Amino acid sequence: MAIKKFMYVNRKAPYGTVYALESLEVVLIGAAFDQDVSLAFIGDGVYELTKGQDTKAIGQKNFSPVYSALGDYEVTKIYIEKESLEERGLTLDDLQHLIWEDEDDDYAEKDSIRLVSRAELADVMAEQDICLSF
Amino acid sequence: MKFSIQINEGPYQHQASDTAYQFAKAALASGHEIFRVFFYHDGVNNATKLAVPPQDDRDIPKLWSELSKENDLDLVVCIAAAQRRGMMDADEAKRQGFEDNNMNEGFRISGLGQLIEAGIESDRLLVFGA
Repeated sequence: MAIKKFMYVNRKAPYGTVYALESLEVVLIGAAFDQDVSLAFIGDGVYELTKGQDTKAIGQKNFSPVYSALGDYEVTKIYIEKESLEERGLTLDDLQHLIWEDEDDDYAEKDSIRLVSRAELADVMAEQDICLSF
Repeated sequence: MKFSIQINEGPYQHQASDTAYQFAKAALASGHEIFRVFFYHDGVNNATKLAVPPQDDRDIPKLWSELSKENDLDLVVCIAAAQRRGMMDADEAKRQGFEDNNMNEGFRISGLGQLIEAGIESDRLLVFGA
């Protein structure tokens, strides 16, 4: 079967609507299909990766720790849109540090996060076969 | 061309399902193939057999069911999304110990892998809603 380029585009805050959680569920299932997978976080979607989330007061499950397991699912390309971070007064330091282990390089830990401009992300999107937006 | 369709919103609240339906109908009429329609998020509610819209309005779940019957369309409802929202077919209802089910004819319940497969197998995957 031919390998396609799948991009999951995350555009919503982690709570308030279920899109972020159900997007993550698709990513985890989709990882079993050995496709070329990347994730993009744009707009309020950048909040999905913020550190130190505490959902106790809203009675919902805090699913943010799952993002740190993406590397184990061989999801290693995570694009963060620079402008979206800036517009929200955030920097990369506010986000989880997501890494993956490169089997081919003695399991060296490598950064999954790629900070890109809006224009650069548009180019990456244009290269995809499939963009699923959430 | 071989299309697949993902519908992310429920009927009436949002136009996604209407637009997807019109697209599917037009594509089939033009000789294209629809490999699969996948219902996700609140889109699973399009599969209900219990909707009773006003007589002068369209019956969206029924339109899908009929389109499926006429064209042998594969209408797949995501099981994870459906379980959260209380949408189930006869088998799933039995498995969960419920007497009744609420899924319309022509729809079937399956997993998210069916969405990924649809993306792989189709020339285009179109996402409606969200």
